[in-house]
Amino acid sequence: MSAATSPADFGPAMLQIRGVVVRFGGVVALNGVAFDVGQRQICGLIGPNGSGKTTLFNCISGIYRYSEGEILFEGRKLAGTPRHQLINIGIGRTFQNLALFRTLSVRDNVLVGGHHLAHSGFIRNALRLPIVRTEERRLNDQLHRLLHLLDLEDVADVTVASLPFGTQKRVELARALISDPKLLLLDEPAGGLNHGEVDELAALLVSIREQFKLSILLVEHHMSLVMRVSDKVVALEFGQKIADGTPEQVRNEPEVIRAYLGETEDARAA
Amino acid sequence: MSGEITAEATEASTSIRTQPSTRARPVPFAVTVIVLAGAVALTFLVSNYHLFQLTMLVGYAVAILGLNIATGYNGQISLGHGAFYAVGAYTAAILMSNFDVPYWATLPIAAIISAIIGFLIGFPALRFTGLYLALTTFALAVAVPQLLKFKGIEDWTGGVQGIVISKPEAPFGLPLNPDQWLYLFSLGVAGLLFLFAWNLIRGRIGRAMMAIRDHALAAEAMGIDLALLKTRTFAVSAMYTGVAGALSAIAVEFVAPDSFTVFVSIFLFVGLVVGGVASITGAIFGAAFIVFIPNIAEQVSKAAPGAIYGVILIAFMYLMPSGVAGLLRRLYHRLVPSSR
Ligand SMILES: Nc1ncnc2c1ncn2[C@@H]1O[C@H](COP(=O)(O)OP(=O)(O)O)[C@@H](O)[C@H]1O
Ligand SMILES: [Mg+2]
Repeated sequence: MSAATSPADFGPAMLQIRGVVVRFGGVVALNGVAFDVGQRQICGLIGPNGSGKTTLFNCISGIYRYSEGEILFEGRKLAGTPRHQLINIGIGRTFQNLALFRTLSVRDNVLVGGHHLAHSGFIRNALRLPIVRTEERRLNDQLHRLLHLLDLEDVADVTVASLPFGTQKRVELARALISDPKLLLLDEPAGGLNHGEVDELAALLVSIREQFKLSILLVEHHMSLVMRVSDKVVALEFGQKIADGTPEQVRNEPEVIRAYLGETEDARAA
Repeated sequence: MSGEITAEATEASTSIRTQPSTRARPVPFAVTVIVLAGAVALTFLVSNYHLFQLTMLVGYAVAILGLNIATGYNGQISLGHGAFYAVGAYTAAILMSNFDVPYWATLPIAAIISAIIGFLIGFPALRFTGLYLALTTFALAVAVPQLLKFKGIEDWTGGVQGIVISKPEAPFGLPLNPDQWLYLFSLGVAGLLFLFAWNLIRGRIGRAMMAIRDHALAAEAMGIDLALLKTRTFAVSAMYTGVAGALSAIAVEFVAPDSFTVFVSIFLFVGLVVGGVASITGAIFGAAFIVFIPNIAEQVSKAAPGAIYGVILIAFMYLMPSGVAGLLRRLYHRLVPSSR
């Protein structure tokens, strides 16, 4: 399933992480991490718990600040970009634990993802001018395409909080995709899914990359999904990059094996 | 055996699937027309005193709708909307008595002034959420009567005495007495404002409001500018309640500081919850509660109307935990099963 091409085939880097350092008091959560994500590349980011994956994710999505280093998106520095502008420049995301609009229907949740695609404001909406109808129609076309792709058509009008966990995760994906991002950031999308659902997710991610022509930064604690779908894998431990290469290379990297083995021993000891 | 399990599983999944969104389905057009026609017909069917009450009800409905836009749909809890009600009322009264502005022209001016004040209050409100915002707005409501009594603006506000204005006559020689005319006029204004609110809520702005209420960080990641959307929402909310205040001042023919105590804010909040949070039609039921329940309580017991009011309020909350509108919505869903 995974295209085992070398990272070099993906053209100029879409996302560049350059020596990012983040400290929380005495803890160095990220210690000079650097790597690139190419055009239309699926890049997996793995590492044991506490290795800094979420911290890096939050630096890219503007939630944490970093004291050193920089992050470039299409050659442009991201620091200082307001969070609500990220989707405008092409960065979409999902959340580690679901962050849906609980009381809204699946349809409305996904439509909110398309907020930045339209521009009508309060007055035009209150008067429901023709421009508003046109925007809504265009957005609805996109909506139907995504509901179909993610098998959500039957639950379009259901309140999202009443749906099973796996379905809610698909809603989050639909909501992120409708905004037509160039780079999709996924924080532990397989968390809480069963085996069958993880398989479906793997197939879905690969097909999404083809259909939407986007790059994916896939943050995952579990190796299997990452190894299956990624073109490239970066491994972190204690805020430092310990490996970077094809899934095959990273899987066989002694440092990575040690890090993950160490973790299972910790788990056994606990 | 396994067939049974499958059937059960299917049933469980369909019961999930048929649970409809809590978001209001549109009230059918026919129902809207019938209710409006009924409301117009009342002009010729009830006494002038009852028409006055209905005019107040229409005003409160607009005020609660305004509160609902900020609190129900956007999650900005306000216990101080009485302040905007007062601003609208005083704007109308001052313009009519000091500047001879016709009553109808005071409404857009009241709208603009309360929207500006709402917008300005919306900025500090960004720093507070939930209960802290509720208390901050409450402080505003507490201060209002004192501000209105302030000596420096007595020439305009009439100080403790307030301002007396007179009820407008029906225009174009229409065969209507002032109460009938003002009721119809208020109904027309409210009808427009309800339509605008409905349009706003069902489009991208309304979705953005609710998204912020449900998960602000996710809303931001979807490209919604929280500060911009919340301050404008608060402005629109204040504008609605301000226009409602202006309508009520014209109906009562009088404004005074003591008409705008914290109780106005609290009653609006009661109307919001009783009618139905995040419901457009709920505002009408909430307004009916505010106007009629005190009278009913009075009739039941002259000695302790407050206690009766309290009991009725608790009964409403107990029987209709999601407001009158929530109950009607559930009944409607049961009678008219999900039509996609
Ligand atoms: N907001 C925070 N405040 C303090 N320490 C934090 C914070 N976020 C993360 N950390 C610390 O930074 C390190 C990396 O955490 P994190 O990025 O969540 O790891 P991962 O996502 O790989 O499990 C951990 O030691 C964690 O305790
Ligand atoms: Mg994490």
